[in-house]
Amino acid sequence: MMSRVIISALFAGALAGLIAGVLQLVFVQPVLLHAELYESGELVHFGAQAVSAHPELPGFEPVRDGLSLIFTMLTYTGYALLMIAAISIAEERGAHVDGRTGLLWGIAGFVAFHLAPGFTLAPEVPGVAAADVTARQIWWFATAGSAAVAMWLIGFGQGWTAWGVATILLLAPHIIGAPEPDTFTGPVPTEIGALFAARALGVGLAAWVLLGCFAGYFWRSEGAREARTT
Amino acid sequence: MNTQTNTLKLSVARFIPAVFAAVLGVTVISITGHVQAAALHDAAHDVRHATGFPCH
Repeated sequence: MMSRVIISALFAGALAGLIAGVLQLVFVQPVLLHAELYESGELVHFGAQAVSAHPELPGFEPVRDGLSLIFTMLTYTGYALLMIAAISIAEERGAHVDGRTGLLWGIAGFVAFHLAPGFTLAPEVPGVAAADVTARQIWWFATAGSAAVAMWLIGFGQGWTAWGVATILLLAPHIIGAPEPDTFTGPVPTEIGALFAARALGVGLAAWVLLGCFAGYFWRSEGAREARTT
Repeated sequence: MNTQTNTLKLSVARFIPAVFAAVLGVTVISITGHVQAAALHDAAHDVRHATGFPCH
């Protein structure tokens, strides 16, 4: 059982993370590099001269982008471990999870770990003003955790009590509010910030849906392998 | 009594892999996404922004 959990999480996480990493390098990284030109002061928004919206951006950087790829794979392996843990408990309780139903797990994971925290703490482009990082991290973990519990209650809860609690858990962090900066100091044009947030959430959805399908698939195949060998 | 204890042990044993995986998962996410040590922060900088983690 232990090896089934670990192996299926490693396979699903590494594969989804690899695809997520490539998608991020293609769609998110150019926007991030563009923003960094404003963060460093190389370009100035609303300065003396109008600035081209299409500056020369740095290309592929093997060390920097290679590290990004590795860390994306690690991050999604972490997510996969959490998802497989939840899948194994769900199956103990009678649920059936495979590659197809994994789609729903992926969407639920995206809501819990990307959409819920990002709804109030939007994905930040470099250079934006933000509150103290520790306070934001505490809010992030509390929001992702309560949204994860909420998604479980929506999926497996019986009746309106469970769904009511899920609704409260989903809404409360946003009604309470996330730590916000005292003043706005971001030098990056809003066009870049908006595109960055949209791209980050879009790649996140694609990656999580794939993670859910892979997790369901490898959970089944590792289970079948375990049944053959024992 | 004995049967009850055995059933309890069995159900606890079944959840150990799940708990272990969940703890490991949170640890991995904390290290890649949240620990502020300079070397880790620099290496994971782009990923933290792209994944929507609070970064700076």
